[in-house]
Amino acid sequence: MKKTLMLAGCLVAANTAFAADKPVLTVYAPDYFTSEWGPGPAIEAGFEAQCGCDLRFVAGDVLPRILLEGEATEADVAIGLNTDVSARARASGLFAPHGEDLSRLTMPVTWEDETFLPFDWSEVAFVYDRTRLATPPRSFAELLDAPADAYKIAIQDPRASTSGLALLLWVKHIYGDKAGEAWAKLAPKVLTVTQDWSQSYGLFTDGEADMVLSFTTSPAYHLIAEGDDTKVAAIFPEGHYFYAELAAQLKGSKHPELAQAFMDYILSDDFQGMIATANWSYPVIEKPGFLPEGFAALPRPQTSYFYPEAEAEALRGPALEEWRANFGK
Amino acid sequence: MIPAALAATLVAALVLAPLGAVILRAGGVSALTPSDLDALIFTLWQAALSAGLSCALAIPLARALHRRRFPGRGAFIALLGAPFLLPTIVAVMGLLAILGRRGVVNGLLAGLGLPEFSLYGAQGVVVAHIFLNLPLAARMLLQGWQAIPAERLRLALALGLPPAAQARHLERPMLRAVLPGAFLAIFLVCVSSFAVALTLGGGPRASTIEVAIYQAFRFDADLGRAATLSLVQIALALAALGAAARLTLPSSFGAGLDRAAPAALAPDRWHRIKDGATLTLAAAFLLAPLLAIALRGITEIPALPASVWRAAANSLMLALGATVLTLTLALPLSLAAPRARWAEPVAMLPMTASALVLGTGLFLIVRPWLAPTSLALPVTLLVNATLTLPFALRLLLPEVRSLQADYDRLAASLGLSGLARLRLLTLPRLARPLGFSAGIAAAFSMGDLGAITLFSDGRSQTLPLALYSLMGSYRMEAAAGAACLLMALTFGLYALFDRIGAHADPR
Repeated sequence: MKKTLMLAGCLVAANTAFAADKPVLTVYAPDYFTSEWGPGPAIEAGFEAQCGCDLRFVAGDVLPRILLEGEATEADVAIGLNTDVSARARASGLFAPHGEDLSRLTMPVTWEDETFLPFDWSEVAFVYDRTRLATPPRSFAELLDAPADAYKIAIQDPRASTSGLALLLWVKHIYGDKAGEAWAKLAPKVLTVTQDWSQSYGLFTDGEADMVLSFTTSPAYHLIAEGDDTKVAAIFPEGHYFYAELAAQLKGSKHPELAQAFMDYILSDDFQGMIATANWSYPVIEKPGFLPEGFAALPRPQTSYFYPEAEAEALRGPALEEWRANFGK
Repeated sequence: MIPAALAATLVAALVLAPLGAVILRAGGVSALTPSDLDALIFTLWQAALSAGLSCALAIPLARALHRRRFPGRGAFIALLGAPFLLPTIVAVMGLLAILGRRGVVNGLLAGLGLPEFSLYGAQGVVVAHIFLNLPLAARMLLQGWQAIPAERLRLALALGLPPAAQARHLERPMLRAVLPGAFLAIFLVCVSSFAVALTLGGGPRASTIEVAIYQAFRFDADLGRAATLSLVQIALALAALGAAARLTLPSSFGAGLDRAAPAALAPDRWHRIKDGATLTLAAAFLLAPLLAIALRGITEIPALPASVWRAAANSLMLALGATVLTLTLALPLSLAAPRARWAEPVAMLPMTASALVLGTGLFLIVRPWLAPTSLALPVTLLVNATLTLPFALRLLLPEVRSLQADYDRLAASLGLSGLARLRLLTLPRLARPLGFSAGIAAAFSMGDLGAITLFSDGRSQTLPLALYSLMGSYRMEAAAGAACLLMALTFGLYALFDRIGAHADPR
């Protein structure tokens, strides 16, 4: 036993010595990112194969941590930020421009942000099981007007979850001043409001909820990883709210050229070609072969929309109050 | 007294210093919003209702458990610990399998043509809180029963006291000693409820203060408001503690000779049937969800990837470390509590400390001096132990009180003091609650969600985090397996310590 421990100690020491020769690029990422089911391991392997560096993920609450650390943060790059926190992140002044050519992006909305670079995207949508739900809603209006017992939906709390916030903005975008009425109509069909996406999705796969607030790309997981084509995203003619995941480099990075190389890597074919099945969402630059067959054939909304950051920030507070007031549960 | 003072200082510093750091960083506290006040009102009434119902239902359950002997009684009492110890996300999964829309109960109701029972909304929050906390209350009361010397029970039998008179002379004094503490503990658990309130609450009306703190932190970046809310929680805890202390009366049964308790306190048929029904209903309500989790997950366990097993090993190590630390803090504090007025409030303080505020404050304190990631292990251990301390104290305190009332004079006249007293008197008499406390500490630490994520380096995952990652990446089947594994390990550790405690008890 002692020998094994000593051996292990030597190995660890050797490993660190080996790694010490190379510069370390520290990337802050959310928890799900670095687990073996997240996109982290593939990104780490892909980037290390070309950078001559050691990419080290630090998993946890990305933005809260950076904001608390301030200028002294060890992060060179932050990945896995959401559109709803970019305003706060920007206001901190800790992030540097990504310097990428945004005209290469093939997303359904125009992206002009010079600091926060999207690396994948999707739209929020209601996902159902076509074997369990005979008459799914064909539009947002139909969803609202359906009788209270037509279906039970699991959604996420806009105060705690980014997809929940996306729904809030989605409703606001379609219904504007009448958003309050829309919430009052939706409320009886909502089974419950969960803290995060995975709890809602668990309720859906368990059969507790008939529909779940998720993403247009969710059926791809079931189709490709499980060979199950029964999960469908309801595509509404009113359009869907766009949802992107972002990365940014930090001003105070000790390895600015490596950080820049990582930003370049995000838009490379290598990264964009694998992100679809690594993170179950669309690549920001789509080329033939980047999506597996069934994934590419998924129905897509006619229109996607997205509030510019400042507008979304301004809408958030009043829209939350509207939600609280009208979601009479 | 010196170890107690040290432990108290450490605990108080660990709870208050981070709060101070957050307030400093925020530049003061800020005003609450109207929605925070709504959250406060909802928090109070649901916690009071949940604690009240849990305690009320625990009284007949503990009574039935105490006066009946049946095969599997020991296992049933041990299993009673399980719901309370489960990570809430796993508990909610189990509850949904039984009481959810597709659950067993609604299947039966539909078969009988009866309307559906909904586990969502305020009633869902209360039912879930009763599921989680009724067993804790029952265990605390059962311990109260067991602490009544057998001689008193024999006397009651010899005098032929009818159940009503037994209730008056035995049960009520015991309840006056134990029940306020049990109510307090459950009330405070429900005050800081987060996941249950959100998942089953069904909407914005069912928000607790803890949810408001989360929102203030994560979405509004308003540290000042988070600090104010945290202060409100602490004030609530202290007020509840004061109220419970006023209502608690020492039972003053006196010391016994540690003979086995007689079983048949109420031998007539009517009481046997009543107790039998109570036990059957409680077993169905409390154990069916656990069975559902086990049945769903057990076939998935062999297919779990290696990383989940590594996470399980990490969690086990953390749990064992936190257990040792909890007892090191809890024993001196509970021994000092009957004499030192400060000991109990200090030990109860962590109960309402918001994990989010605690983690952020510690991070702000540590950050200028050391890399927080290098402290991941000690900080997690310390925080887990601190958060479990109130439960350990609640379990130990009633026994410490009667220990000191019954044996202080004898020990003094024998000149028994210091380590000898600890070894010959204190530890053996407290073995049962110590074992139970150790079990709870280990289980809590197993279920820890890494509230201290700011310190994590993302390398050493715990089992609950692995469970979340699986759910977050659509792998719901594997997540069911991980949930089952988590339940088995959590409960296994708890049962092990509980047994050791019961075994070491001379009674």
